[in-house]
Amino acid sequence: MTADLNFTGQHLKSVGTRPIRPDGIDKVTGRARYGADFNMPGQLVGRILRSPHAHARIRSIDIEAAAALPGVKAVITAADLPDLTNGDRDLYDILDNCMARGKALYDGHAVAAVAAIDAHTAREALKLIKVDYEVLPHVTDVDDAMLATAPLIQDAVFTKGVHPRPTKPSNVSERSEYGHGDIEAGFAEADFIVERSYLTEQTHQGYIEPHACVGNINPDGTGELWVCTQGHFAYRRFCAQLLGMDISKLRVTASEIGGGFGGKTHVWGEPVALALSRKAGRPVKLVMSRDEVFRGSGPTSATSIDVKIGARKDGTITAAAATLRYSSGAYVGAWADLGAQTAFACYDLKHVKTVGYDVLVNRPKSAAYRAPSAPMAAFAVESAIDELAQKIGMDPLSFRIKNAAKEGTRSSYGPTFGPIGIGPTLDAAKAHPHMSAPLGKNQGRGLACGFWFNFGGQTCVDLNVGADGTVTVALGTVDVGGSRASLSLVAAEELGIAYDQVKAVVADTATLGYNDTTEGSRGTFSSSMAIIRAARSAIQVLRSRAAEMWDIPVDDVVWEAGYARATRAGHGNLAPLSLKEIAAGASKTGGPIAGHSEIVADGAGVSFSTHICDVEVDPETGATRVLRYTVIQDAGKAVHPTYVEGQYQGGAVQGIGWALNEEYIYGKDGRLQNAGFLDYRIPVCSDLPMIDTQILEIPNPHHPYGVRGVGETSIVPPLAAVANAVSNAAGVRMTHVPISPPRILAALDAQRPD
Amino acid sequence: MVEVKLWGALSASVGGNGSVNIEAKDIRELFSKLAQEYPAAEPYLKRGIAVSIDGVIYRDSWATRLPENAEIFLLPRMTGG
Repeated sequence: MTADLNFTGQHLKSVGTRPIRPDGIDKVTGRARYGADFNMPGQLVGRILRSPHAHARIRSIDIEAAAALPGVKAVITAADLPDLTNGDRDLYDILDNCMARGKALYDGHAVAAVAAIDAHTAREALKLIKVDYEVLPHVTDVDDAMLATAPLIQDAVFTKGVHPRPTKPSNVSERSEYGHGDIEAGFAEADFIVERSYLTEQTHQGYIEPHACVGNINPDGTGELWVCTQGHFAYRRFCAQLLGMDISKLRVTASEIGGGFGGKTHVWGEPVALALSRKAGRPVKLVMSRDEVFRGSGPTSATSIDVKIGARKDGTITAAAATLRYSSGAYVGAWADLGAQTAFACYDLKHVKTVGYDVLVNRPKSAAYRAPSAPMAAFAVESAIDELAQKIGMDPLSFRIKNAAKEGTRSSYGPTFGPIGIGPTLDAAKAHPHMSAPLGKNQGRGLACGFWFNFGGQTCVDLNVGADGTVTVALGTVDVGGSRASLSLVAAEELGIAYDQVKAVVADTATLGYNDTTEGSRGTFSSSMAIIRAARSAIQVLRSRAAEMWDIPVDDVVWEAGYARATRAGHGNLAPLSLKEIAAGASKTGGPIAGHSEIVADGAGVSFSTHICDVEVDPETGATRVLRYTVIQDAGKAVHPTYVEGQYQGGAVQGIGWALNEEYIYGKDGRLQNAGFLDYRIPVCSDLPMIDTQILEIPNPHHPYGVRGVGETSIVPPLAAVANAVSNAAGVRMTHVPISPPRILAALDAQRPD
Repeated sequence: MVEVKLWGALSASVGGNGSVNIEAKDIRELFSKLAQEYPAAEPYLKRGIAVSIDGVIYRDSWATRLPENAEIFLLPRMTGG
């Protein structure tokens, strides 16, 4: 059923408050059970053998010695995961990424796996597997991979989005294009033009918890999987399809999650654990090492982006264009497409064109990372916007305000915007004391805006009233950022009861209807819509039970602030019945009291953010220190403001790390050289100031409370905000992220007179 | 009859038209007729298309009506993180 609950502006009592999250104590005391904390009787230890080559044909794999090692219970290769994808190319790519079939396509690609009685035996067994590789030429750079001379990574990939269809395969999997107007005419009207090229390096989501699961296939063909995931229903579908199981026969339970940020929306080792279990006849636990997480899962794209923007002397942008090249790892992706859609979405443009190219390289399959693809596009565009403002002689904030998209603007990706928040975030930035705070020597301030779509999706919840009147809400959206707290607030709001009377749990795939993955900033948006419907359904039941207890028509009963009340004058002496009183009598008035809903929660509102960043750059070492950082973002309605602020801060911190330090570094041999947190530097608390936040609330007309998603947009502006701040501090335009000390020193050296 | 605007790659697959006119009352019928009349669009339909109706994006609500004179825009089905 489609959700059709629109914003009404109703007064909210619980929503908007800041109670303590229900999972907090378990998490800070170590009781919370993450992916690696689950064990089954008789379980084996799974380990994966990975390719040391960036690109190699697998001539043969000899598992005989490994299988003969005492304590080894199963050894598998691609032969144990037969192709059941029935021509579904996307599913085949998932299968091939889980276990290489014929060719290893990147350093870290799984080629075989073992299950043994302990970790030592499993490691020894991996050493006994003999893989005969024919090493092939490789390419890891996105621009190099587009050259006609580049090694071809997959011979079944032909460039989509071009007409006529190419006759030769290519590393360019798709060309996408967005925009409107006539950019050449627009550039002809410009008094000033900025045209630059930008690079961003590949980063990992950097979740602290590695991928971990316990899989078990029973002799009768049923199975279970305990796993750290953002979407246990999607994992169930992928695993069942790849292993040839009926979906309903695989029960998947999501553990607590130690960070996902998009990287846990894809299956990696889970089908392998289940295949090992099927062969060994025992449960198999598979936990990735940090090295494996970096080499075998989840990075985002590296990019190469050209931007051209023109404006008149009065500051009106006349035309904007960008060509965006995104690496997608060794498999087809649509990451450049998202970059091309989001690049100019913050602006009201008469003439705009973006062209995206998705490019295969010999790197791990690119995965979603928080507002996937938008941060890199925003880095390039917002850097050029800043430079153009300086060229015109306007301050960058006024330039952005003058050109900001608004209600009625035809977006750069197509549709016309409804009510949106980019203008208000810029106005709030203008009024914020951060903008007028003084700066010292070697210090600079940067400003940047960001956009993300947000979306909803298939959602199902159960709401059960207990005999004591407390309420359990069974959710199917994994809690990645405090949604059990925010969604308990929503249930409390609708029922008119206290927050602590509601317990929200994440149900497994066997006990609740299908839910889409928690991605696209949809968790609280979608499940709150479903809970509102379920609660309103339960209220109908509560009213009918009260009517029965009073022996009056149900139409004479209303629900107000947690009580059933009789409305007609003739019932005046009836004292209101609380939810507790009705629940206590449920067994004699018709049995259990519950509400349920299944919806497609479309209508998520788009989201905008403006960030302000102050840095100090040491010209001797090139080191950058972030002095002050402010996030201003539209939440529609902040259901739990503390956790909304947490999302704003978390996204900003990840973006700062991406901007200043994080990058995959490959050697000439195509091998990843920094697969660990010692060499891949993510920010820690001591690196950062407190991230200041300001929540704006421009209601989403398509949610009853006005809620928009808030989880992703905050990572979009930081790359550019930091880059603009560093460029202003150092006096040289930085165009290559991460803006690490060596790059800053090189830029400073390049502009010094000989 | 509704005018349906297409994003660049889909437009290229149906011969470069920026928009097409289709007789459809809801999203389901729109996709069905699009596949019938423009077989080259089928790979995109299979991969997933989102429909923007007057600026509101629908990914799965195929029963959603297409009002007369509404702005209808087809976009690739986007993913999130």
